[in-house]
Amino acid sequence: MNEISASLALALDLVAGGESRLAAIVLLSLKVSLGATLMACALGMPLGALLSVGRFPGRRVLIVLFNGLMGLPPVVVGLLVYLLLSRAGPLGQFGLLFTPTAMVIAQTVLVAPIIAALTRQVIDDEWREHREQLRSLGASRPRAARTLLWNARFALTTAALAGFGRAIAEVGAVMIVGGNIDGVTRVMTTTIALETSKGDLPLALALGVILITVVLTLNAGAYLLRQWAERRWG
Amino acid sequence: MAPWLRLEALGLTENGVRIVEDVSLKVSHGRTLILGPNGAGKSTLLRLMHGLLRPSAGHVVWPRALMQAMVFQRPVMLRATALANIEYGLKLRGIPAEARRRQALAALTRVGLPELAARQARRCSGGEQQRIALARAWALAPQVLFLDEPTASLDPHSSREVERIIGEIAEAGTKIVMTTHNLGQARRLADEVIYLEEGRVLEQTPVDEFFRRPRTSAATTFIRDER
Repeated sequence: MNEISASLALALDLVAGGESRLAAIVLLSLKVSLGATLMACALGMPLGALLSVGRFPGRRVLIVLFNGLMGLPPVVVGLLVYLLLSRAGPLGQFGLLFTPTAMVIAQTVLVAPIIAALTRQVIDDEWREHREQLRSLGASRPRAARTLLWNARFALTTAALAGFGRAIAEVGAVMIVGGNIDGVTRVMTTTIALETSKGDLPLALALGVILITVVLTLNAGAYLLRQWAERRWG
Repeated sequence: MAPWLRLEALGLTENGVRIVEDVSLKVSHGRTLILGPNGAGKSTLLRLMHGLLRPSAGHVVWPRALMQAMVFQRPVMLRATALANIEYGLKLRGIPAEARRRQALAALTRVGLPELAARQARRCSGGEQQRIALARAWALAPQVLFLDEPTASLDPHSSREVERIIGEIAEAGTKIVMTTHNLGQARRLADEVIYLEEGRVLEQTPVDEFFRRPRTSAATTFIRDER
């Protein structure tokens, strides 16, 4: 118990001190996971909406597939992206392995199915409500998908947030494709894993506290945004 | 009068239940009202006519392609202003922004709600939303307007207002096909009545005749019970 409180006190000192090494790690974490979330939204949201509104062969298979991919193990994604980006891999020539870009790619792969599956659920509800009206007005299915994505913009913040939460909290994928290189690809989760195994608990705890704070703040923000939007738009 | 819409042996079966059965008729009047008890298949018939449902038997024949629009029992609004909701249909037809805005505002004025232009549509009352829905349909200048029980979920004041607007739309030359189970409304609005029961058309008669001497006992009972 003493050790925990002592570590926690040290951790808070570290956070309060704004140490630059710590700041760099936090910043890279946010950059990588936000970048991945944005990419995953750009891919997953249109895909999710088309899965909901569209009518094409293989649609059901894709829905089941994406629901299944929501639980993709990060280490497996890391391994696959590693194989893709490694020198002998199909994308090896770009030399992306052990760079932040590789980490963004891995987290995008991890998070896009989550965002696609959640978007599909949201747009399913929208489609049920608006389907006849939109068809009566003459909207094509892709057009309806676009309209409903915009119409559900606030509900979809939850999907984006779930994706971001998954990205910022995972260790396996970024560890494998990033390599946890000090000052280059070290993020909060990989540092926590490393420092804990080295026995440097204060730094690990400091990062843990920051990680939790970031996630809670974002969730609270999204919650407030939705409340406000529901009051304003109905 | 030449018919502008023909239904030929039209049928719809869903999960083994016959919702519309062997309906053959010609629509040639300007204002046709479809009457019948709940579950008679009125809304389904309307959706078949408008093309929202695909018939499992028979055909919907348009001798000449007519521009259609539909207003539903419950207005469905996008999360946008009243004006933007009306503009949306015009946008789908590729009308440029400025003309779109002008036409949408004109339609909103015709339904008596120009002051709601900048209001969020989903924040408006049920009656207001139904009038916005009418404006959205009207803005498209349809040649045929389908209305599915447009006043069923409204209070009496809003109902009268909606009825007045429908009258004006018909007056301006748009053909109206509308379902209702409000006999007074049918009397006020219809040129012709189609009486439906259990998915079958039992009568198709001019409105005066329908109310004076209905041909079938089913319609007689319906008129007596609803009054």
